[in-house]
Amino acid sequence: MAGKIITIAIMDAPYESANSTSALRIVQSALQKGHGVNVFAYEGAVNLTMKAQQPHPNPVKGTSVEQEQHPTTKEWIAALFKLAQEKGAKLDWVNCGLCVDERGAGDWIEGPKRGGPKDFLEASLASDATLVIATK
Amino acid sequence: MPKILSIVETAYRATIEEQDDTVLWLSHMLKKAGADISILLRANAVNYAVKGQDASGIAFGEIKMARPPEIDKDVAQMIESGMAVFVVEEDIKDRGLPETELIPGIRKLNRHMIPHLLDQHDQVWHW
Repeated sequence: MAGKIITIAIMDAPYESANSTSALRIVQSALQKGHGVNVFAYEGAVNLTMKAQQPHPNPVKGTSVEQEQHPTTKEWIAALFKLAQEKGAKLDWVNCGLCVDERGAGDWIEGPKRGGPKDFLEASLASDATLVIATK
Repeated sequence: MPKILSIVETAYRATIEEQDDTVLWLSHMLKKAGADISILLRANAVNYAVKGQDASGIAFGEIKMARPPEIDKDVAQMIESGMAVFVVEEDIKDRGLPETELIPGIRKLNRHMIPHLLDQHDQVWHW
């Protein structure tokens, strides 16, 4: 059963919707089973991997940054790249270049690469299944 | 080449900021890249099937929008490029959109035919 390839297109910016977490959970689940995953980050989703993300304290709860222990989405995604390596699975993450440019989101963590719609098409055609998680 | 159906139902999401509907734009780019891709407009997105829309005029301070979105023209170009663009007939009627104002080449589809349309495609992307 391992060795399948799935392609997922995502659109939501971080911290706006449960879609982002759901998508990353699907990616994780697939990687844990040894499947390959192609992610096409479109529109706001290109912000998920921005290096400049910073955790913050929580003044409502009175917790410091350290106490809050709140990973940013870039950390989750870095962890998924590490997981892929550990499982011998391939995680390919493409940030849509034009979306990156208009959002100033070009400084990202190690792992993702710049691409475009053609990458999404090629990944989808080479996959066993494609899932689109759109923003509304 | 697998047949892809892109279903679009949200309308005018960030179309002023983007000067496009980004899902229609993506679909058209995929067509240019060789995809066999069709569009189904449903729910509020059926508004995209109406010709003669004008989103011009917005300005923030000195910055005027020089190139407003022209989604009806984008849809017409997609049809001209050979893409099938379907629209759910009941959604058109529910919104009181005049059928005489629909973009030429739009293919109307009764709701009960949607499963049949899905069945004709290898991949269905629901945006």
